[in-house]
Order: sequence, then structure tokens, then C-alpha cells
Amino acid sequence: MTRSLPALLVIAAALIAVPLLVTNEFYLNLASQILIYALLAVSLNLLVGYGGLVSLGHASFLGLTAYAATLFFGWGAGQLGAALGAVAFSTLCGALFGVLALRASGIGFLMITLALGQIVWGIAYRANTLTDGDNGLRYPARPHPFGLDISSAPQFYWFTLAVLVVALFVIWRLTRSPFGAALQGARDQPRRMRMLGHNVWLIQWLAFVLAAFWGSIAGLLYIYYNLFISPHAISLQQSAEVLLMAILGGASTFTGPIVGAVIITLVKNVVSSYVDRWNSLLGAIFVIVILFMPYGIVPGVRQLWSRARGQGKLPERAA
Amino acid sequence: MQFWIVQTLNSIAFGGLLFLLSSGFSLAFGLMRIPNLAHGGFFMLGAYFGATITYFGGNFWLAVLGAGLGVGLIGIVFERFILRRLAGNVQGQVLVTLGVSFIIADLCLLVWTGDPWTVPAPAALRPPLRLGGFAFPTFRLVVLGIALVTAVALYLLMDRTRLGAMIRAGVDDMEMARGVGIPVSLLFTVVFCLGAVLAGLGGTLGAPMLNAYPGLDADMLPLALIVVILGGAGSLLGAFVGSFVVGFLYNFGIALFPDLAYFILFLPMVLVLVFMPQGLFGRVPS
Repeated sequence: MTRSLPALLVIAAALIAVPLLVTNEFYLNLASQILIYALLAVSLNLLVGYGGLVSLGHASFLGLTAYAATLFFGWGAGQLGAALGAVAFSTLCGALFGVLALRASGIGFLMITLALGQIVWGIAYRANTLTDGDNGLRYPARPHPFGLDISSAPQFYWFTLAVLVVALFVIWRLTRSPFGAALQGARDQPRRMRMLGHNVWLIQWLAFVLAAFWGSIAGLLYIYYNLFISPHAISLQQSAEVLLMAILGGASTFTGPIVGAVIITLVKNVVSSYVDRWNSLLGAIFVIVILFMPYGIVPGVRQLWSRARGQGKLPERAA
Repeated sequence: MQFWIVQTLNSIAFGGLLFLLSSGFSLAFGLMRIPNLAHGGFFMLGAYFGATITYFGGNFWLAVLGAGLGVGLIGIVFERFILRRLAGNVQGQVLVTLGVSFIIADLCLLVWTGDPWTVPAPAALRPPLRLGGFAFPTFRLVVLGIALVTAVALYLLMDRTRLGAMIRAGVDDMEMARGVGIPVSLLFTVVFCLGAVLAGLGGTLGAPMLNAYPGLDADMLPLALIVVILGGAGSLLGAFVGSFVVGFLYNFGIALFPDLAYFILFLPMVLVLVFMPQGLFGRVPS
């Protein structure tokens, strides 16, 4: 940390300066989107990278929060009430989903999260009276958190950046805490951890709930950014995109998912503005990454870097 | 009364269709330890292949056969040239099947556009069957019959043949099976291809009821997953029972509580996961 402090300060200054340099609103909004997806990917990586639990339903927490916030606001809960209520509701759903998904491990876990995510999608899509189906729901207006106006693109960018920085710091501390160590222990040596007296199930469940919580925060940012939520935002494809962000960047690292979020969001937006074949490309990137670079970009670059300095060593784990 | 009888029959017929979709899926899952997330895509490809063959004047049964063979061929290529490269990396294999499912969905959209394709049922099966004052949709009865015949054939294959014994050995203990000289990796291809063929056949057989449309894959995959979660991976009986349970719940759910159809599916899954996490007839600890 102390070694990379100057680098961190430079990156932070550059990120804060983005709205001053990028005056085109389209690109600035793209930057805000990247920040939101970075948070979603980092929250998922608590499970994927640190817990070794590959979830294919993470976008459902984004959707649960966004839908809940819109509905609660519509029922007169007010901005703060809607925000708190939505995050609480979505995190509670996460607690329940965690109980179900952790009945299995490995591929079983992946399948159950996929099924749960599809059910959330199915309810959003089919429960017309509540969610208006495919038409989606509109959120009336962005709030004024702490009296701040976040309605313009630069203001929203800074707000999102501030939330992301706080979230990243908390998650980073968490991964370095005894809990983070226990989570990684539960991933690598569950039987030894059990023998040492750790409750592996509880550790993994807590990780699931925490991932759901931070995914919900990303969902709140998502609904404030788009002021609109539809089933499309929580489809299997979205959950897969988030997972791809984590794996492409490198799930064994903290920064990997952020790098992945930047690349995937940029490619998606650039490609979508030229051709209509984003899904094929997404699928192809998936296949190529898994066949040819299973460790992801960040560990790959690190390896090249250390090899250049004469100390090459492969990272321990694949995503 | 007519409503309940027709809905019950529709549920059973849909259950039969689900069995065609999920039996191969479950067997491949049990043997290879991976859910093929492109299986919904295989089913959709089957529907589009069948729609194309009938569009160009082909006979319905020819279309069913063609769809089964076409999708089976794709299954072999996929298993041999992509999944095989990732042998031992179960997680990577699952994610690759997911990536391929996106490619299939997008290419289908490119080739067959966003409009649904209808496949007419064979003319002889279109008039309803009248029995005791009630009208039964003949085509659905035939689909159910095909599913039942398939179930019996699969049972005989698994229980009475050498190939079936080898597959069961692979599902129960792959290392021992390899140790006694069973060519497990060849079985992988056979079972994966079998699942693809069944999904392709099912796609065309289901097309007169469901049509072929973008998103058919995403509608069917969760149903197959829930069947396998209920029935247990690798179990033919589990796939059979699970298919009809899901067929009933889904069909009656849509007919009676359209808003909550998905939620109703979710309940038995929760109960099974809580009380019997290996599924009702599970052989493989998942």
C-alpha cells in the first residue's frame, strides 16, 4: 500500500479530473457507467475471486435494488426511505439466495445462482402489475444526497466516483482482514479450515451477503444514473457480462475486475454504436478468455512485468 | 371441466417436451459434471432448423429428424473441439458453454431475424381427438407419446446395454471407470451428442406449440436447470419426474397466475434444495 501510494494518488487525481478534460457528455456518462459496473464487478469478485464461488446471478441484486427503489419511491417512501429500503430489501434477498445457493458448492452453486437470477428476471418480466413487464419502470428524479445536486453529468460522475472510492476502500480492507483471510482459506482448504474450527458455511454466506450488499449499492447508482429499470438490465447476459469483467481482468486480484469493467463497458459501447452483434462478440470474448487467458489481464501483465525484471512466477489460481 | 382437462393434458405434454429437453442435459451433467448452458440454445436451434426445413416444403417428421441430426452434429463439434481442450477445468467448461450460448442466440437472430417462425403441426394431427364429449389436442398427445417412447428407450439403453452400464459407471465413479478401461472420454462425446440430438428433436417437436423465436433458449434453459435441480444430475428417473412436475407447475402457473408463473416454479426448487440438496433421485453430489 505505502509503495503504491504515489501511483494511487496519481490515479485518483486523474479520475477526479476526468469531467474537466472530457467535456463531451456522452463520454462522461460512459465514464460514470464504467464506475458503476466496476463496483458491481468488484462486489461479485468477493465471491468469485476471494471465495472461489462463481455466481451467474449477480445482476439480480442490481435489479432488485433498482426495482425496489422505484416501487418504494412510488409508494411514497421518499428518496432516503426508498434508497435505504431498496438496499435492505435486496441485501435480504441476497441473504436468502445465499442460504439456497450454498446448499451446493462448485458447479451446483453456479447453477442455483443462475436459476435464482433467471427467476428474478422472470418475475420482473412477467409480473406486469408490479413491474410493467418489458416496458420497465421510470424513476422520477435523482435525489439530492446531503443537499448536493447530482443531476448534471459531471456532478453525477463525481458522486459515483466518491461512492466507488468509499466502497473500494471498505472492500479492500475487508479482503485484508481476518475475515478476508478466512474466506480465502475456505476457498482453498475448506476441510482444513473446518478442522481449525472455522464455520466455512457461515464465512461463505457472509461473503455472499456482503457481495449482495455492494451489488445493491451499484444497483442504486444504476437507477440514479438511468432513472429507468427494465428486465433487460438483469438478464443472464448481464450477469454473465459482470462475471466476464471479473475473469477478464483477473479474479485473483483486487484491481482485475475494475480493469475488466473498463474494457467490457468500452468495447460494448463502441461495438454497439457500429454493429448489432455485441452478443456474439461477448460470447467470443468469453470463449477466448477462458481458452487462452484463464488468469486474466492483470495477473498476465504482472507476470510480464516481473519476468522483465527477471523473477517470473505464475499466479496461484485461475478464475 | 374442459379447462382442467385440457390444461392437465397440456401440462403432461409439456412435461414430455421438457423430458426431451432435460434428459440428455441431465445425463451429460451427471457424466461430465458440467451443466451445458448452451442446451437452451441447442433446443432453439432445433426449432429453427425444423422451421427452415418445413418452410422449404419438407415433411414435419423429416424436419424433426433433420433438426436432431443437425444439432447433434453441432454438439459433437462443440464437445470435441472446444470442451475437450478444457478437460479437467470444470468451471472453464461451464463458462465456455455460456459463451457459446450467446453466440448461438445472436447468430440465430442474425439468420432467422427477430420475428417468430411458426411450424405447422402435421395436417393429420391437427384436428382434435374427440373422446367422451371432450376434445383432446391430438398433436400434443403424439408429442407425449414420443417422449414416453424416448424415456423407455433411454431406460433400456442405460439399464440393459453395455454402453448404458459404462455410462452409469462413469456417472458413479469416473476414476474407477477409467481404471477398469472404460473409454470415458469417448462416452463424453456420445452422451453430449445424445443430449444435443434430443434437444434438437425436442425443439422441432415443440415448435408447433411454442414457435421458434429469439429468447426461446433463455426460456427453456432455466426449466431444464430446475428439472435437474429437482431430479438430481445424472438420474434418468429424476429427469422424468422433474420434467412432469415442472411441466405441471409451469403450465398451470401460466394459466392461473400469469404474473407469478416463475415464482411458482421457484418454490419446489427451494424445498428440494433445503431438504434434499442432491435432488430427489440424485446420484452425483453436486
